[in-house]
Amino acid sequence: MAQYAVLIYASDSAHAPDATPEDLETCDDHSDDLADSGVMIAAYALTPRDMATSVRDDIITDGPFVDSKEVVAGFYVIEAPDLDAALAIARTNPVVRDGGGVEVRPVHSSYLRPPVP
Amino acid sequence: MTDPAVEAALAAAHRDQWGRVLAATARVARDLDLAEECVQEAYAAALRSWPTAGIPGNPAAWLTTAARRRAVDVIRRERALRTRLPLLVIPEEETPVADQDGTWAATAASAAATPAPPGSPASRTAAEPETETEILRLVFTCCHPALSQEAQVALTLRLVCGMATADIARAFLVTETTMAARITRAKKKIAGARIPYRIPRPAELPERLRAVLNVIHLLFTAGHTAPSGPALVRADLVARARQLTGMLRALMPDELEVRGLQALLLVTDARRATRTDASGRLVRLADQDRAQWDRAALAEAEQLITGCLRAGPPGRYVLQAAIASLYAEAPSYQQTDWPQLVALYDELLRVWPSPVAALNRAVPLAMVAGPEAALAEVDRLDAGGRLAGYQYLPAVKADLLVRTGQPEAAASAYRQALALSANEAERAFLTDRLAAVTGQRADPG
Repeated sequence: MAQYAVLIYASDSAHAPDATPEDLETCDDHSDDLADSGVMIAAYALTPRDMATSVRDDIITDGPFVDSKEVVAGFYVIEAPDLDAALAIARTNPVVRDGGGVEVRPVHSSYLRPPVP
Repeated sequence: MTDPAVEAALAAAHRDQWGRVLAATARVARDLDLAEECVQEAYAAALRSWPTAGIPGNPAAWLTTAARRRAVDVIRRERALRTRLPLLVIPEEETPVADQDGTWAATAASAAATPAPPGSPASRTAAEPETETEILRLVFTCCHPALSQEAQVALTLRLVCGMATADIARAFLVTETTMAARITRAKKKIAGARIPYRIPRPAELPERLRAVLNVIHLLFTAGHTAPSGPALVRADLVARARQLTGMLRALMPDELEVRGLQALLLVTDARRATRTDASGRLVRLADQDRAQWDRAALAEAEQLITGCLRAGPPGRYVLQAAIASLYAEAPSYQQTDWPQLVALYDELLRVWPSPVAALNRAVPLAMVAGPEAALAEVDRLDAGGRLAGYQYLPAVKADLLVRTGQPEAAASAYRQALALSANEAERAFLTDRLAAVTGQRADPG
């Protein structure tokens, strides 16, 4: 088994600080499906592009790092035996049929701080 | 010591069997680089051994056994040193490929059921019969959509056809260093991203087969009209493309698009002898000597196409073959069935909405609806911008401008086409056409 990060690209994230459960329904349903199937080991939904701040050459600017039509709206890490299996999981993300897409990257290594008691 | 019979047998085995030997070795080596090294060494060993021991009855099986044995030895030694990790992901269970009557699904499954565990006596001693489908794993891995199309083409030529990196570089107009880097990068991605070494599952097959056929078609196109250089045709690339198609056809006889591609290559290549004159100058389809076309190849293609059209809704390659075949079967260019060609192009554009197909449609359209109507189509495509830099757009446009009595605009379009073409035979042809229209302008009488 290998780990793959799935980066979600969309025109913006649905996860605004004041998002309603209805706004998030599609994302949450898919996340539940992946969690239930046991392939997903971590997931992070990011807030919209308006919340983003970038630093380049020590200069701070408002907005995402790359000025593009799409932003990374979130990412999650899945476990799969090979790239085909990872792509098969990743392409079920609803964003793929909603004008956005996903990028699949093999994970090299990771760190999670152990829970602080 | 050199032995002409041995050299001939080895050359044939290199040309025809490289991919099969490599595919079988890769499964044991679990690493494409190691597999390549072992196959190279097997060929070298054959050169030493065959002159005295005699040429084996089945050279491919001999080479495969030698290459696999070598791979097993390397793996065992390196395992002891713990220096080698398997780099090629070979799925344990293989789902048989969906094929209605299961002709090759069954063999694919049995190929998967007989892996040769490294170090097992079976893999070391056996001249076990390699199933034909083994090579499909290699082909589908080389043409995986996670690799760039450039990389797919390069890997297929290197690994499946055994072509030298320097030759591939020459064929695609890059330096050997660039090509070597491209191949290395692709192999690294196969290992690093874990692109599996297997035949695609039924649900993925249409998409994955399309990628393989595209690579072969690209190879053929690059051979049929060389991107640059003095000769119009690069016979080696044409031969490789035809060889790969023949192989796929034998392995997947029921795939209509494979048959369609084979027919397309047959028809297109049947005209090879007449595409240039004795001095290497390009001859237009209208002026080619139809008596010299390879009639046997055309008949074979015709039969393939008819069978495909009967079997189901035609795909891109079946339709392209039908179009090429319809052009070829007319007794003369003037007697070509133009309305039927336009209809076939319409059908083609439905299954393959490509601007190149739309441009080619302009040729029969000019015969059916007049050059003005075709010119309007070409202008629309030009404005669309998707064919920017495609030399045949200004070339087709120039021809239509001549026919609508606009020599100045035609001359400018021929100059555009010339600026975009690097093939000497094509450039000479375009230069002649340009001279003809500018001459026409200078001498209006």
